Amino acid sequence: MTRKFEYAPAPESRSVVDIASSYGLFIGGEFVDPSGGKSFKTINPATEEQLADVAEADAADVDKAVRAARRAYERTWSRLSGAERGKYLFRIARLLQERAREFAVLETLDNGKPIKESRDVDIPTAAAHFFYHAGWADKLEYAGLGPSPRALGVVGQVIPWNFPLLMLAWKIAPALATGNTVVLKPAETTPLTALLFADVCQQADLPAGVVNIVTGAGATGQALVEHPDVDKIAFTGSTDVGKSIARTVAGTRKRLTLELGGKAANIIFDDAPVDQAVEGIVNGIFFNQGQVCCAGSRLLVQESVAEDVIHRLQRRLGTLRVGDPMDKNTDVGAINSAAQLARITALTAAGEAEGATRWSPPCELPEHGFWFPPTVFTGVAQTHRIAQEEIFGPVLSVLTFRTPDEAVAKANNTPYGLSAGIWSEKGSRILAMADRLRAGVVWANTFNRFDPTSPFGGYKESGYGREGGRHGLAAYLDTEGTH
Amino acid sequence: MSRLEVRKTYKLYIGGAFPRSESGRSYEVMSSGRAPKFLANAAQGSRKDIRDAVVAARSAVKGWSGATAMGRGQVLYRVGEILEGRREQFVAEVASSEGLTRPQAAKVVDAAIDRWVWYAGWPDKLAQVLGNLNPVAGPYFDISAPEPTGVVGILAPQESSLLGLVSVIAPAIVSGNTVVVVASEDRPLPAISLAEVLATSDVPGGVVNIVTGRTAEVAPWLAAHRDVNAIDLAGATAVPWGELEAAAADTVKRVVRPAGTGTDAVEPDWFATPDLSRTRAFLETKTVWHPKGQ
Repeated sequence: MTRKFEYAPAPESRSVVDIASSYGLFIGGEFVDPSGGKSFKTINPATEEQLADVAEADAADVDKAVRAARRAYERTWSRLSGAERGKYLFRIARLLQERAREFAVLETLDNGKPIKESRDVDIPTAAAHFFYHAGWADKLEYAGLGPSPRALGVVGQVIPWNFPLLMLAWKIAPALATGNTVVLKPAETTPLTALLFADVCQQADLPAGVVNIVTGAGATGQALVEHPDVDKIAFTGSTDVGKSIARTVAGTRKRLTLELGGKAANIIFDDAPVDQAVEGIVNGIFFNQGQVCCAGSRLLVQESVAEDVIHRLQRRLGTLRVGDPMDKNTDVGAINSAAQLARITALTAAGEAEGATRWSPPCELPEHGFWFPPTVFTGVAQTHRIAQEEIFGPVLSVLTFRTPDEAVAKANNTPYGLSAGIWSEKGSRILAMADRLRAGVVWANTFNRFDPTSPFGGYKESGYGREGGRHGLAAYLDTEGTH
Repeated sequence: MSRLEVRKTYKLYIGGAFPRSESGRSYEVMSSGRAPKFLANAAQGSRKDIRDAVVAARSAVKGWSGATAMGRGQVLYRVGEILEGRREQFVAEVASSEGLTRPQAAKVVDAAIDRWVWYAGWPDKLAQVLGNLNPVAGPYFDISAPEPTGVVGILAPQESSLLGLVSVIAPAIVSGNTVVVVASEDRPLPAISLAEVLATSDVPGGVVNIVTGRTAEVAPWLAAHRDVNAIDLAGATAVPWGELEAAAADTVKRVVRPAGTGTDAVEPDWFATPDLSRTRAFLETKTVWHPKGQ
């Protein structure tokens, strides 16, 4: 057994961020009280400590936000040159970089993810997303989307809680670069970095109404999706909600892009670099506590090396540090909410009930907050719920295969098609496998890589439309000419 | 003495064969224009015919999407060649189906032939035009390329029985998708004659499947079918297209709405040179990350 080194606690200071006791809605460039006067609490999932009271937007507030966005689109934003629009986005990118530590600490407090992830992945990638899209604003005619791509108008965006600021950046940066104005609803459990982003918009002197942020739960999102003056809906979240949004939008002329769930296969061939693959498996399913739509939640390992890979994986999991997300040495933080913890608990119980073998490394979980240990299921059949349903937690289901054909068949045997991983030292095998996997993103000898230039999005029931890269611009542009 | 013509029996086109509807039903097809006359009895396809057609389409995906891009281009060009050879037949059929004069119908047929030629040039350019290398900030070769979405359901335009039909089939199959087409309800005959062209043009059986019948009856089954990846509602002009789009939501289908504004659905001008919007609608983008190292 590899020994886990004992480290002294290395907590990040939270003094860098000021959290207000209550927040209003960000509409028309300023914070306003919700018309119904309702609010909800957001908590630190690692401690259950209450962080702030956040306004709950109702249909009237959403209407107000959409009007502000429409006004900003007609009077200001659509009249600006692409170059000037781009300069605002460059400003925002710089402001995010300048205030990176503040955002990282706030993200970890509100979401429960380890500070090293919010500091090294979420915030820098969010800033990079704005920087990348800033440069597109005056170059859209070079994007290969037809000779005269046009903005759509007002865009409604609904984002999840797993990467709160990063998902905001994935939504807002391309929408603004292509000339649209935005009403964004953050997830109800993680509204704080979006509200801090409103402050960044003010610092950037972004014209009032170009970005509006309405906090709330499902009803707020539904009001936004149903609003008749919204030209486009962009949604990231569960497949069930995505389908219901698609039904709501059906029969209107609203455009829609969906980034939904996944059940990615991470495929390990017998010629894979094993230690590297084990790191990739760990990153694939335990990054962000497995609360990642593209998580490598199904490990497909070639039968001849299965025992060795699982042994090494278990040894590696014994060294993972689970606990205080604010500690710089923490690998696995808190589950985002009690509801999510309940879902993970229910699905893992189903895994056991259906006959799979459950294993977790010995680890002490904090007394307060929402915690789930890294968990591996072996002896999993394709029909088991833990092999079919998205768990969205630190739970890996292990299946085996003998031939590449069998690996492809099993990998594709799900209604999802978001991502996949392939581990092999043989380049020709990687490329042939990549061709046959029905997934929008395929990582070879790596996993969970994201870049603003690289399109992300799914096949099948994982959604449609892409985010990032040249392809992501199409989601926010009217490029249609004839038929 | 004039000779009595030998009439054609119009059937369905599924998996490269021409079966009758499993339901045994048919319906009367009349000519358009001031004095409608009887043209033929078309097969009235059923839910089961749609499902058979989807099975045929699914089984053809692997071969067609796995063919070389250049090969698909040659097959599409071949369709144009064979259609050209049957030009006179189609002029007569389009004239009676759409109530056009012969010169008007000839224009339609010529445009339909040229449309195949336009698309024949596309398969081996799509990946170059729609794909690219992504300059990610790290040691990775990162490439995005288009892939066909799979099986596409198509409600063919109701008015434009040949040019409109070709204009919705070609952009789906050009990239390797296979299709299940519900032909124009009142003008289905050119679609079945086109099937005869496809059957003799090296288009593998199952790549294009054509069902004639009542749009309102069969379209909901196609829209809700779990093994259909996308649906083109071009021909949903007399049925509530919003309901079909909603039925497609349960399987997260890619949907092409009919032209028009609001709930109104109209047919576009099929004579206009197409752009890539229909082709794109039935493509997925796959991004592959591969590390660079020693």
